[in-house]
Amino acid sequence: MTPIEAFERARRRSAVWIGVGLLLMAAVYVRALVFTPVEAVQGLAQKIFYIHVPSAWVAFLAFGILGVTSAVYLFLKDPRVDLFAASTAEVAMVFTTAVLVTGPIWGKPIWGTWWTWDARLTLTLFLWFVVLGYLVLRTAVHEPGQRARYSAVLGILGALLVPFIHVSVYLFRTMHPMPVVLRPGKPTLPGAMLATLLFSFAVFTLFFVALLWHRYALARLADARARAEAERADA
Amino acid sequence: MGELLRAAWAIAAKDVLLEFRSRTAFVSALVFTALVLAIFNFARDPTAVSAVDLAPGILWITFTFAAMLGLNRAFGLERENRALDGLLLSPASRTAIYLGKVLANLVFVGSVEAIALPLFALFFNVPILPVLGPLVLVIALATVGFVAVGTLMSSMAVNTRLAELMLPVLLLPFLVPPVTAAVQMTARLFAGRPFSEVSAWLRLLVGYDIVFVAACILFFESTIEE
Amino acid sequence: MPAPLGGARAALAVRGLERSFGHVRALRGIDFALEAGDSLAVFGPNGAGKTTLLRILAGLLRPHKGEVLLDGAPLERTDAAHRRRVGLIAHYSLLYDGLTAAENLAFYARLYGLRDREALVTRALENVGLADRAGDAVGTFSRGMVQRMAIARALLHEPRIVLLDEPFSGLDQRAAATLRDLLMRLRAERRTMVLVTHNIDEGLELATHVAIQVAGRLAEFGPVAGDLAAYRARYAEATASRG
Repeated sequence: MTPIEAFERARRRSAVWIGVGLLLMAAVYVRALVFTPVEAVQGLAQKIFYIHVPSAWVAFLAFGILGVTSAVYLFLKDPRVDLFAASTAEVAMVFTTAVLVTGPIWGKPIWGTWWTWDARLTLTLFLWFVVLGYLVLRTAVHEPGQRARYSAVLGILGALLVPFIHVSVYLFRTMHPMPVVLRPGKPTLPGAMLATLLFSFAVFTLFFVALLWHRYALARLADARARAEAERADA
Repeated sequence: MGELLRAAWAIAAKDVLLEFRSRTAFVSALVFTALVLAIFNFARDPTAVSAVDLAPGILWITFTFAAMLGLNRAFGLERENRALDGLLLSPASRTAIYLGKVLANLVFVGSVEAIALPLFALFFNVPILPVLGPLVLVIALATVGFVAVGTLMSSMAVNTRLAELMLPVLLLPFLVPPVTAAVQMTARLFAGRPFSEVSAWLRLLVGYDIVFVAACILFFESTIEE
Repeated sequence: MPAPLGGARAALAVRGLERSFGHVRALRGIDFALEAGDSLAVFGPNGAGKTTLLRILAGLLRPHKGEVLLDGAPLERTDAAHRRRVGLIAHYSLLYDGLTAAENLAFYARLYGLRDREALVTRALENVGLADRAGDAVGTFSRGMVQRMAIARALLHEPRIVLLDEPFSGLDQRAAATLRDLLMRLRAERRTMVLVTHNIDEGLELATHVAIQVAGRLAEFGPVAGDLAAYRARYAEATASRG
């Protein structure tokens, strides 16, 4: 099987898994809305929690993977690693945006305002900016080797930045007490809610893997086609 | 080590001399500072918001934006006649090139800060003399942090088409820890609070400086070598 | 045609150089060797990879495969000692328009850690006939004068290997003549030279060896054998067969 055929097959298979993931997400929705009890204090708005929290988990996971693959690239200089990092960044963008969208949707009915500088949301916001910078940088650099190097440096620095932003936000909040917000993800969730949350975590992780696999296959496919094109032009 | 510092010094001196001759970025930064002062003065209601509350934030916005006017200059001036190749051909280590650029940028930003700070004290009527020592320390630490990262970012941004736009996009998230710390500490100092109250922020700032200066030195070579 | 690789301590030897930019293969295996004092002229059309080759020889670019050997030792990018042995004269000056001629050279003297900077700079300017313009900003110089400054800068640290990238481009008759004289002098000083150009007329008289580079490979390499007309013919043939 030629490389192009192999990547085509990967693309099709991962697309199937994306479909599976979407179906499972619908199942999560159904379970969350119909089969899970409504939370006493927050009411229906709390249902978003089952989307918001797993999105955050996946977004941070993706960002961590981005940091690690960036470091691996600088070490190995393998262009496939660069393609993987870029795919991770795009998927990270999707889930980070999901967190930033679901957060205010959850917050508005409860806090009365779309945005507060909540610790986790603020950290996610700056993560979003780092990933945005990463993607914009990639579009602005044309030579593939240079693009890979620049992206890798930005990826590593971005990963290093996360703990510092976390501490900054934490220090800011302890010095400026904010209205007490209901903490998501407390371990003492009643059984049915916990089950829904765990189910959602699993589904989101699956969806993340499928998306990443698909995006990587697409990237390798485009790269293989470009190489074939260049070789044809050569001959 | 001595050679490294000598080369860095030579590069920094050359950069400062060039900027001194043309003065364009420096003048832009000063004009920007004056504009900010004037606008905020007319924009606020003196009875509603006290100057002391507003001053730290405005001060640091001015410092960071003025810095960004100068940061792209550092590698921008190496583009004419491909002068950067000249630096890369020489025995000077890549770290020396980075340190030289950082040093030149620090001179630039430091000069703007040295002029802006007394102006702010004057127009916003904030007492800086009693806290001058700690204040200068805070300014120095935060400036080193964002100039170190900004210099690295500009070495990449300058090779892209919209360099002036790319630098802020890349740099903005990295400004959050040092600038937040600096604003908080500046506010406490202006309010006459004891310095010990801000020790946590100080630790954050010092930690940031150590980690990111080291990281930038380590990764600079990857942004400059092909 | 692969060249016999000179002795183990050839002044400059290149083995199996390969370099790509993305999927574009700029160099597909370059081999040659030069003894001290040889002058190699590399002719080739645009896009042949000549500049890429030169930048690798200068240590500005890392090859993906193969190696460059100076006196038998591999050119490591990070080795400062090797960089002292190489000088580059290109069609861009590597100078700062905002600094004076003397300041530009003094800066490079500092960067290379050279002693007696003032005397060195004065001598360098005299050698290229620009001593009277020492205090003028390079931005005010004509193209010919800038080229002379570039030569002064490149030779400041007495490199044993001089690389030239299209040095005659944009020069008028007079400036080109001055450049030719200077390069003849370099040849007389037994420096090893590599000149790349797309213009056969300019490089041939300076060369002891000739290479024709087409599409990332050397179509031929060897000591100068034949006159300008012969090489023009071979060049046309080499570029046509690829075209």
